Amino acid sequence: MKVATMAEFLAAGKKPEVLFWVGCAGSFDQRAQKITKAFATILEKAGVEYAILGKEEACTGDPARRAGNEFMFQMMAYQNIQVLNGYEIKKIVTTCPHCFNTLKNEYPALGGNYDVIHHTTFLQELIEQGKIQFTDSNEWKGKSIAYHDSCYLGRANDIYEAPRKVLESLDMELREMKRCKSKGLCCGAGGAQMFKEEEKGDKRINTERADEAIETKASMVASACPFCNTMMTDGIKNRNEEVKMDVLDIAEIVAQAIK
Amino acid sequence: MAWIAEIVFGLLTLGAFFLFGKNLLAIRKNILLGKPADLAGNKAARWKNVALLAFGQKKMFSNPLVAILHLFVYVGFIIINIELLEIIVDGLTGSHRIFEPYLGTCYPLLINSFEILAGLVLFAVIVFLIRRNVLTIKRLISKDLNGWPRSDANIILIIEVVLMSLFLTMNAADPEAHYILSSHIKPLLNGLSESQLSTIEHCAWWLHIMGIYAFMNYLPYSKHLHIILAFPNAYYAALEPKGKMHNMESVQKEVLYAMQPELAPTDAAAPDKFGAKDVMDLSWKNLMDAYSCTECGRCSAACPANMTGKLLSPRAIMMKTRDRLESVGKQIQQNGEWKEDGKSLLHDYISVEELRACTTCNACVEECPVSISPLDIIVELRRSLVMEESNAPAEWNGMFSNIENNFAPWKFSPDDRDAWTNQA
Repeated sequence: MKVATMAEFLAAGKKPEVLFWVGCAGSFDQRAQKITKAFATILEKAGVEYAILGKEEACTGDPARRAGNEFMFQMMAYQNIQVLNGYEIKKIVTTCPHCFNTLKNEYPALGGNYDVIHHTTFLQELIEQGKIQFTDSNEWKGKSIAYHDSCYLGRANDIYEAPRKVLESLDMELREMKRCKSKGLCCGAGGAQMFKEEEKGDKRINTERADEAIETKASMVASACPFCNTMMTDGIKNRNEEVKMDVLDIAEIVAQAIK
Repeated sequence: MAWIAEIVFGLLTLGAFFLFGKNLLAIRKNILLGKPADLAGNKAARWKNVALLAFGQKKMFSNPLVAILHLFVYVGFIIINIELLEIIVDGLTGSHRIFEPYLGTCYPLLINSFEILAGLVLFAVIVFLIRRNVLTIKRLISKDLNGWPRSDANIILIIEVVLMSLFLTMNAADPEAHYILSSHIKPLLNGLSESQLSTIEHCAWWLHIMGIYAFMNYLPYSKHLHIILAFPNAYYAALEPKGKMHNMESVQKEVLYAMQPELAPTDAAAPDKFGAKDVMDLSWKNLMDAYSCTECGRCSAACPANMTGKLLSPRAIMMKTRDRLESVGKQIQQNGEWKEDGKSLLHDYISVEELRACTTCNACVEECPVSISPLDIIVELRRSLVMEESNAPAEWNGMFSNIENNFAPWKFSPDDRDAWTNQA
């Protein structure tokens, strides 16, 4: 697909409505790339003029900071802020709650001030504005789904409703897990755990969470974070439930039903 | 000779408040060993938190049954203190129920409501004793509480049973008094002479007030200190989104100067350390958190690491921080100044394995009824581990070097960052 970069917009003397911050998982991880492509397709179909940074994007520094490496975080942050401010970016949308949290809450202290929005909120807005319309025979209608709250979207930033509203607008049957919303259980990836083995214990965190998802007997699981997606997929696979329960990002679900 | 009792009472009252004040000041001094934290702004939002979280006990109500029982004890504690005022004035002047003539018909109403509250407190406290000692509630039977913390919890509850019983006995033994609960105890005292009743009333009166003084002075050594610190802790609770980690200005300067050396001041002194190795490196709010912790364990029950059998327990992080702070404070009190004792919060109290298990999910912060952030301490200790000791698991070191060289936590070429646009 053809996705314009900020550099190309600049060369054409134009500015996009919004910058799509893809994030490292969305750029490199094979599973997360599908989420990225789904979201880009939606933006295109909804007529949103957007750009990516392309090769100029770099890790926000979130995992380094959470692991304790403040130096590396700040190096990455300054590098990104230089690029973002250079393009006079005002509005950023991202499919990764970790990037979202860092760009929105942590970059201002270092001179990066942007209107940052998570893709689930953005999708909800597009649906409300009528820019996204679903096919009459939308394949999700009536399907039961359990939404897994991402910690960095939920507790960290109090976004609980947007992803749920998107699923409801598709007429899906939303099922809540035992622990949900502000009490939602982590998938186990946050705090740079994604990049190391779990400490020793008697159960893996993603298995614990997968068990809660399986308990809902929903036909599928919705995620709003590429890391949660990986963790939940693996957790469910460990319980040999992979046939019964797909884990899809909200963007993928929307992309398949869009007109 | 009646005045002897009044003088003894006066001296004991003075002594009790003096000792209590002294211990509170010592705790304040310990808290102020922490680093400055700017938590002054936005007074309106802060007072709202005090009203909702401290007075309103908002977080407790996620389990309404326990919350209501806790509310009985809390309201009982506050309201029965009005009665304490009369008891103290009576004690100092040798009067008996000095407020009675002034309050007229309101007086029995007041005492009746105190008695009802005392009854509710007794009920709640007995339920709590059963929850702690008979039922097997995971967070209450946890090994975090082995030893003194478990005894502490039971001592508090037993003192409350004793105090409430004494209060009711005192009223029951007063021949003039006919109140709603204590009148049901009166039959037990049937057949006693007037002087025997008077002795019982006096003894109950003395034991009740002295018990309260003793309990007050027990607070500084106990988890029960939350009844005081929950209020300032709610006031100073973080108002920003929970996901926001505080910026390290010391690092920011270094990074800025590395990127733009022309901005570097020639006389800039390097900070003495990065992150927190010991309690003095934490902020005073972190330290007040430690003293505010009532060891309820809601944080650990919600912690994904703890519930899957990892070593990390956010409650233990708070308890260990307080233990370390008290030992540091004691040493400073003895020597007049701090001398290295060869120990530190990191390693000697809190292990690397505990810190490594945290997913920074904020569940512990969300759960805490008294606005504590165990996560803040965990992250500060991690900063020290990584930046001072270069102590990170090999996978993290790999992740760091990938970020540094490839601008992503994985080893991919930065040139492929937009490769997804070329895929079908």
